[in-house]
Amino acid sequence: MTKVSLTVNGKPVARDVAGGTLLSEFLREDLRLTGTHIGCDTSQCGACVVHVNGKAVKACTTLAASLEGADVTTIEGLANGGLHPMQEAFKEHHGLQCGFCTPGMIMSGVDMVTRYKAEGRELTQEAIRHELEGNICRCTGYHNIVKAVEDAASKM
Amino acid sequence: MTTGIGARVKRREDKRFITGKGKYTDDVRTENQAYAAFVRSPVAHANVKSIDKSAALEMDGVIDVLDGHQLTGDGIGNIICGWAVTSKDGSPMNMGAWSALATQKVRYVGDAVAVVIAETQQLARLAAEAVDVEYEELPVVAFADKALKDGAPQIHEEAPGNLIYDWEIGDAAKADAGLAEAVHVTEMEITNNRLSPNPMEPRSAVATYDEAEDHYTLYTTSQNPHVARLVLSAFYNVAPEHKLRVIAPDVGGGFGAKIYIYPEEITCLWASMKTNRSVKWTADRSEAFVTDAHGRDHISTAKMGFDADGRITGFKVDTIANLGAYMSLFSSSVPTYLYATLLSGQYDIQNLHANVRAVYTNTVPVDAYRGAGRPEACYLVERMMETAARELGMKPAELRAKNFIREFPHETPVIMTYDSGDFDANLAQAEEAADVNGFPARREEAAKRGKLRGLGYSCYIEACGIAPSAAVGGLGAGVGLWESAEVRVNPVGTIEILTGSHSHGQGHETTFAQIVAERFDQPIENISIVHGDTDKVQFGMGTYGSRSGAVGMSAIVKAMDKVEAKVRKIAAHQLEASEDDIVIEGGEVKVAGTDKALGWHEIGLAAYTAHNLPPDMEPGLKESAFYDPSNFTFPAGTYICEVEVDPDTGTTEIVQFTASDDFGTIINPMIVEGQVHGGIAQGVGQAMLEQVIYDEDGQLITGSYMDYTMPRAADLPNFSVHHASTVCPGNPLGMKGCGEAGAIGSPPAVINAITDAIGNNDLAMPATPQNVWRAYQAASAKQAAE
Repeated sequence: MTKVSLTVNGKPVARDVAGGTLLSEFLREDLRLTGTHIGCDTSQCGACVVHVNGKAVKACTTLAASLEGADVTTIEGLANGGLHPMQEAFKEHHGLQCGFCTPGMIMSGVDMVTRYKAEGRELTQEAIRHELEGNICRCTGYHNIVKAVEDAASKM
Repeated sequence: MTTGIGARVKRREDKRFITGKGKYTDDVRTENQAYAAFVRSPVAHANVKSIDKSAALEMDGVIDVLDGHQLTGDGIGNIICGWAVTSKDGSPMNMGAWSALATQKVRYVGDAVAVVIAETQQLARLAAEAVDVEYEELPVVAFADKALKDGAPQIHEEAPGNLIYDWEIGDAAKADAGLAEAVHVTEMEITNNRLSPNPMEPRSAVATYDEAEDHYTLYTTSQNPHVARLVLSAFYNVAPEHKLRVIAPDVGGGFGAKIYIYPEEITCLWASMKTNRSVKWTADRSEAFVTDAHGRDHISTAKMGFDADGRITGFKVDTIANLGAYMSLFSSSVPTYLYATLLSGQYDIQNLHANVRAVYTNTVPVDAYRGAGRPEACYLVERMMETAARELGMKPAELRAKNFIREFPHETPVIMTYDSGDFDANLAQAEEAADVNGFPARREEAAKRGKLRGLGYSCYIEACGIAPSAAVGGLGAGVGLWESAEVRVNPVGTIEILTGSHSHGQGHETTFAQIVAERFDQPIENISIVHGDTDKVQFGMGTYGSRSGAVGMSAIVKAMDKVEAKVRKIAAHQLEASEDDIVIEGGEVKVAGTDKALGWHEIGLAAYTAHNLPPDMEPGLKESAFYDPSNFTFPAGTYICEVEVDPDTGTTEIVQFTASDDFGTIINPMIVEGQVHGGIAQGVGQAMLEQVIYDEDGQLITGSYMDYTMPRAADLPNFSVHHASTVCPGNPLGMKGCGEAGAIGSPPAVINAITDAIGNNDLAMPATPQNVWRAYQAASAKQAAE
């Protein structure tokens, strides 16, 4: 077991974790933050995307023990009360159906908008589709997800 | 009204999903939770010689290791197929036994032979690897056509030659005569590729046995929790219905894969009793690929004859359907009553015959996947029509229009009675939206850039809302296909709707509330939708086959009719008026043409205080209804796909996809469009990306997202979705259903477009760059030779 101290959704957390514990398991089982979902076992689907130190990572391929001192944000901690513009946009544009991929989509969406803004690049629909390479949705056909990210980008 | 029928109401269920507060089965964790891991066969066909559990039982944290002998010893029944299909010689289908845990023989890679129950999921999985099963390997047959060959390995002794049934529909002699008189016959061999449904939430079960109450609770990823309870009780003898509660909480997509009651749910329930622990199992994606029922997998040959005028004179189809290693719950109905009955398409075909042979193979069981039989029928008919048009030198739209059915009701030779539709309207709308007239110029422009541009049509029809119970019973269904609903008006006037439909992405909490808001003129916030729990909802057949609108909502309407009748009686009594003069408007119950009115909440309160009700009236304001449809519904439409192919690489881009659908009445266009988008995406996935591949040894080659190509955002275009609707005469809201249309209509449109671009009709799904490139090269070589 390794002791790890980190911040999750703004709150300090200290736990003993087994060396093989994935961040996704740590969040879901140890912290009971079940908004981070596991949809595959090959790091392909992106349902588990969270932010570590402000960047999107797949929680299913990150070891919890490697996150000493890290700042982790999950879907539950994305907005400080109310809804984040990305969350609002997914609702407004019907960017979700079953909701299972949605937390990962939203976290990836926030990440891409933040990066493009920081780099001064325009986030076109084509760029959004390319950036969503690591997130699979089986329900929406992506049409409304792309619209949602595009709209949120104009409001973030 | 902004929240009534036809309004684009934003979804009420979204808040929990966008904030990570959805509650899916794997999110459920009971006190002192134990975990299950299955020991699965690594080979496709073998005798099980022995199971040595000793090493696993000694491992840390292992509670028990259970096998099939114990399971059957406890009287747990074999897995059933709920639809009896009779062969054309009158014999019943040849169904082999399927135990939740195999005892004598394994028949596909993934077949479960034992289960480990341990303190953590990790320990359970480790221990499962330590269970030593000795297999005596047997010859394997993984492909449907090979399964029927002489000398093929025999999979079930109950099914000689691996043949489950040899079934037919229509009139073979008439079809032959029609083909004989044709001036042109189009012939094709068409394969419908095998798919894995892949809802993003893997299947999961949390089973808890309460010894003190002798009662079971099962949380599960189900599209139909009541059906699960019925089958688990009546056929698998896990627990009697009144001692079993099944809860399907938030479910992350279904697409058919979550209709069935799988070995894992049965085993978890039984194991919870055996170990007296709550037992949890969640599939990982690799496990999902070898346990979730697959879809499609047909091989067909077809002949369609035309007269000099382009009218269809005869149509004959011969299909082999792969049902995998065991017959899943509705597997038998998919390639028969859900497939061959739609082979008339949108066309007036008088002479039609189809023969279907269903076979066992050493592969995962195959059952309904979004569309279920209807995509296979549509793909066949629409590839034939497009190819025939090219062979006849006619425009594809013109050939179709020449054969359109225009009078309703229309009885087809394959037992369907189409009730409504305006196929010309959908075709015209799609052609205009797709700017078909501008296509030649776009093709020319693409050619200048060295690209091949193609246009493909698909005029689909499907049958939804299956329908009526007595009729499907006559065809062999083991269940009734009605739906139930309960409408509870509370004393304060708020309304709860309990429905037997189940929402796993369809947005019922919004659309179902819309029809109630409109009917009783109440704020939508005052209406809640309850579903997915057998302890709350009286009964339900669940959600599949695009039935929640046409059947589920019709049940709600029927219950609302009863509530309204009682409301009228109460109001008439209290306002001293005739019932006929009572109207519900502006949130009040009024005497028409007067200022006499009661608030809706006052009616509710009056019903429950019962101080002043009409004589002999029971207190309370709650009604339930069971709605049994009078016919199938027939959504239809035209899809037009435009592609651009890079001839050097075979890479294909969909540049435009246009849909015109007839879904009858639409409650929430936003949600309906979303269903079409998702359906088209799955259809494009089938057409261009997805395929389950087995090797000769029955090993699954496409067992993860590294190998099975799921459609991603960059693979798809924006969709241009339109509606030209006719009202369905068969149900009170006039609805036809929208859940499967996209997946049914789109594959032939895509392939017709690509084959148009490359000039070769011989192209199989999925149209990967390699397949497209090869087909283009073949066409080019042929052209050069000529």
